[in-house]
Formats: sequence, structure tokens, C-alpha cells
Amino acid sequence: MPHALVVAEIADDGKVKKATLAAISFAKKALPAVGGSFSILVLGGAAKAAAAELTGFGADKVLVCEDASLAKYTAEHYAPTIAEAGKSFALIVATATSQGKDLMPRVAARLDAAYAGDCADVTVEGTSLRYKRPMYAGNAFGTVELTTPIHVATARQSEFDAATPSGGSSPVEALAKAAPGGGAARVEFVSLEAVKSERPELTEARVVVSGGRALKDQFFQVLEPLAKALGAAIGASRAAVDAGYAPGDYQVGQTGKIVAPELYVAVGISGAIQHIAGMKSSKVIVAINKDGEAPIFQIADFGLVADLFQAVPALTAELAKRRPAG
Amino acid sequence: MKVLVPLKRVADPDNANRIKIAASGAAVDTTGLEWKTNPFDEYALEAALRLTENGKAPKQRLGEVVVATLGPKECEQTLRSALATGADRAIRVEATDDALDGRLVAHALKSLVLAEKPDLVLLGKQAVDGDSNQVGQRLAELLDWPMATFAATIREEQGALLVGREVDGGVLTLRVKLPAVVTVDLRIVAPTSVYSLHTDQSAHKYGDGVRFAPLPAIMAAKKKPLDTKTLAELAPGVALSTKTLKFEKPAARSAGVRVKDVSELVDKLMNVAKVL
Repeated sequence: MPHALVVAEIADDGKVKKATLAAISFAKKALPAVGGSFSILVLGGAAKAAAAELTGFGADKVLVCEDASLAKYTAEHYAPTIAEAGKSFALIVATATSQGKDLMPRVAARLDAAYAGDCADVTVEGTSLRYKRPMYAGNAFGTVELTTPIHVATARQSEFDAATPSGGSSPVEALAKAAPGGGAARVEFVSLEAVKSERPELTEARVVVSGGRALKDQFFQVLEPLAKALGAAIGASRAAVDAGYAPGDYQVGQTGKIVAPELYVAVGISGAIQHIAGMKSSKVIVAINKDGEAPIFQIADFGLVADLFQAVPALTAELAKRRPAG
Repeated sequence: MKVLVPLKRVADPDNANRIKIAASGAAVDTTGLEWKTNPFDEYALEAALRLTENGKAPKQRLGEVVVATLGPKECEQTLRSALATGADRAIRVEATDDALDGRLVAHALKSLVLAEKPDLVLLGKQAVDGDSNQVGQRLAELLDWPMATFAATIREEQGALLVGREVDGGVLTLRVKLPAVVTVDLRIVAPTSVYSLHTDQSAHKYGDGVRFAPLPAIMAAKKKPLDTKTLAELAPGVALSTKTLKFEKPAARSAGVRVKDVSELVDKLMNVAKVL
């Protein structure tokens, strides 16, 4: 069974989510083992416009399934169509966003296929694929082989370059929605409360500024200006979240969000194992902490031992001075 | 409400950086690390207990919580501690730890669900050893039940649950009609995260985190029912489909340089690391 199928994700504004480009890169890397070509599947309430964005990546075809019941994502409505379309592929892959992680194991179960989640890499061994996955909160990597005829996988976005358009124009083909199972009638989308922030999304940001408990109730007062100067998302340690200084979904760590930005600035974070598990794949790590013995300095590329209440505003001012107008 | 909570024991996650990998790369060595209940499963148990009581009188059970695990005899310790915390009954499915994968576990749990007929299966979003994050979703599909993964809040309604899910960039709320599968995230154990129909939301706040078993309960747990089943009866003919060929440690990060002030820091970021 040849070929790979990439499941695209549509953002709230109806456009293709940038994260999708990591799954395309994953599929392209896997191609030598699965038959040399890939297709893309887009599902949504108004998916045709999004499908048009994906015709330039060298896919055999872009399959588009448009249906009112797909306007709000639920795995129960999405999985049957993906499984139906995916039956004739050797590999079905999406990016490991919260949607991908919710959806793809359900697709795998529908096909009784094995699943490799949150893959950091995929390699080709002859005609078979090897998936490299983080385990033990990033303290180990396992190279995994799946033995079912169809493989289902998700790609960790930070580990794959965003695919770039390669020209050409893939044909767009409409696909009918497959009949959902009984579960679909018993789930109802109620609301999506987006975090109101001018900052980029934590897992997608190029720069992340994270704060620890040491910031106390001045968490945002201190970090916002720096994050703004760097165009960064704001994260937090578990200690800061537990103390109520930052909301739960800001948590970076083993049990929170895993991030791997180009630049990670840890402010007043001591560097508990649980936090480090969530950010140690960042390209460059900066630590600012007044305790020179804090474990965070063991993994930081650049460490500044200083009182954060003085150093952070000074850093913000220095950035403004050296990089005028951003 | 009857809730089934599948639990997994894992090597002490607070010391996961101390795991060793055999030189051959063939296996992870957790020698010296204590077995603990997977934290996300502990949170699921706490949520299940909150759904089967009225908040004020936790001893007065208003539903049933059945805990289950797959593994060797030693795993009964994990079940006993769940029973001491408040679960009513336990089931151990005899299995060898390294002869399991997410697909097989989901098939076994499906059979268990069909036999136990719970209204809800509540489990951690992932086990912190394999970090697979798939059993809940697979189980929901095999049962053709609705699911809500990564739950941060649960409000019981008549015959349904209103679940707030932690997703990228916000909170997505779903209503799932029972029976359903719900997997939980960290925030589910916050003081106002879970309310059953019996609990007065305006008047009751839970303690932060999971509850601990009082000593008499640990003694009493030894008398609570613990049944044993086998993988062969629950998932006949299902073979492993995931093989880990090699384990390796991530590339170590070494400490970099100390800078004397913010000016030097900006210099380094602009000219050495070139990230600005």
C-alpha cells in the first residue's frame, strides 16, 4: 500500500494552520519508504479556500471534505472520514497540535493501526519507517517500529521545518463525509474560549519568555514589556502557576506545554526537572536568576545572575535601544 | 454514576532524569526509582472520586469507582493505594509490562468496559513513561463513545458531562452524553475543577491537588475487593504492534557562559547566538 496522507488543520480564521507544514515535511521525509508521493486531506465547514492554500506543495492531490458538521472540530465527526480516505495509504500523519493529538489516535483505532505520537523524527530503513519519539518527559528517545499495515503518526512541530511551496498545482478533489459512528451524536461543541492575548501562541512562538514564582504578583507587569520587545509568547513554571501568578495554560513543562523556540528566556525560574523537560529542546536558552546555583544555569547558554526586578526592565530598555522599532 | 479508572504504574516521574539506558540501547533501566502511580491517572482518580460524592461527606459514596491496571502481581500495590484513597473495587489484568502497547491496552480495556458497564471511563491524558497519549482516544473509538481529552474541568449534568478541555490557545468546552471517555490534564485537580450533581458548586471548594489516604483507610483497603483477569481473556489474538528498537538519551546540554550584565547579554544574543 503506497503513499502518505497528510491531514491538514484549519485555524479559526479559516486559513491553514502553519503547524500543518510540519506534517508535510514529515510525510516528505517518509516518502522513500511509502511509495514516493503524498496527498493532503483538508476537512472543515468551509475547507475549499484552505485547500487552495495547499496546492503548491507537490501533493498528488488535495482532498477536501466540506460539511456543516465539520465546522467545529470534533474527533467523532472527523475521524471516520480520515480513516475512510486513509485506508488506501500506508501512512497517515498530522502535526501534534492539541487537535492532532486528540484526533489521530482515534483515527488509528478506527483502522486498528498502530500510532506513533509526537514524533521528533522519522527515518527510512529500506522500505520501513522508524519513528523517533520522546519518552520519559524527554529524558529518553525511543526509536519505534510499527507493524500494522497502516501507520498513523503525529509530528512534533518544533522538530520539523515548515514545508515550503515547491511549485506546481495539485488537483483539488472533493470528498464526501463518511458516516459517523454513534459517538458523534452524543458530543456537542459548546464553546472555544480563546486566551485573549496579543502575544503569539506559546507552542508556535519563535521566542518564549517564561517566569517563575520569584515574579510574585508582578508576573505580567515585569514580563509583558520584555515579551513585547522580543515578539515573544509568555510561559510560566509550574510553581508560578500553582501560586496563581499565571494561568494554567501558560505552564511549560513535563505536565504542561512542551516548547522548543529559537530563544527561551527563563526569568526567576530555578529549573526543576519538570520545567526543564518542557523547554530543553529550545535552540538558545537564557537564564536570569539571582541564585547563581540554580539548576537552570546548568543548561543555559547564557546566564545572568541578577535581581530580575532590575535586570528584566534593563534588558527591555537595552533591546529598545539596540533594536529600534523592533 | 459508575466510573472506571484505568491506572498505570510508572517509574518515579519526579526523578525521571535518573533513568539509565543500557549500552545496547535495548532497554530503559529504572533501577533505584520507586514505582508511582502515573500522575495523570492519579488526577483521574481524584476527579472520579469528586464525581461520586457530594463534596461535604466523602465517606458517603454516591456512586462507584472501579480502578484497573494491566501488569504483574506487584501492580496490586498501585491498586491498593487507589483503594485506600477511596476507590471501591479493583481489577488487575495479568500482563508483563513490556508486552503491552497502546493498541493492545485499548482492546483489553474495551472488554473490561463491556463487562463492567461504567457510565464513564476517566483516565490520564498520557502515562509519563511512554508519553504515548493514545489509550483514551482509542478506547472511545473502539466503544463508539464520545470523548473529551485533556480535561481541565468537569461539570456533571443529567446524563452528560460539560468538559472544559485545555487546547492550544484556550479552553474548548464540549458536552458529552454518557457513557463517555474523558482523559484529564493537570488542572483537573484544582479546587473548583470538578463538580458532581450532588455537590453544591457555590458552597464547596475542594483542596488543591489529590487527596491522600488516611492511615485507617490504608488498612481498610486491604479488605476491598481486588479481582484478577488475564490479557488472553480480554484481548484474545491481539498482538503487539509497536516495537521500540532502540532507546537513547537526548543530547546533553552543557552550561554555557555567564554574562556580567544585560548589555553583554544582548551582545551575545545578537552577535554570537544570532537569535535577535
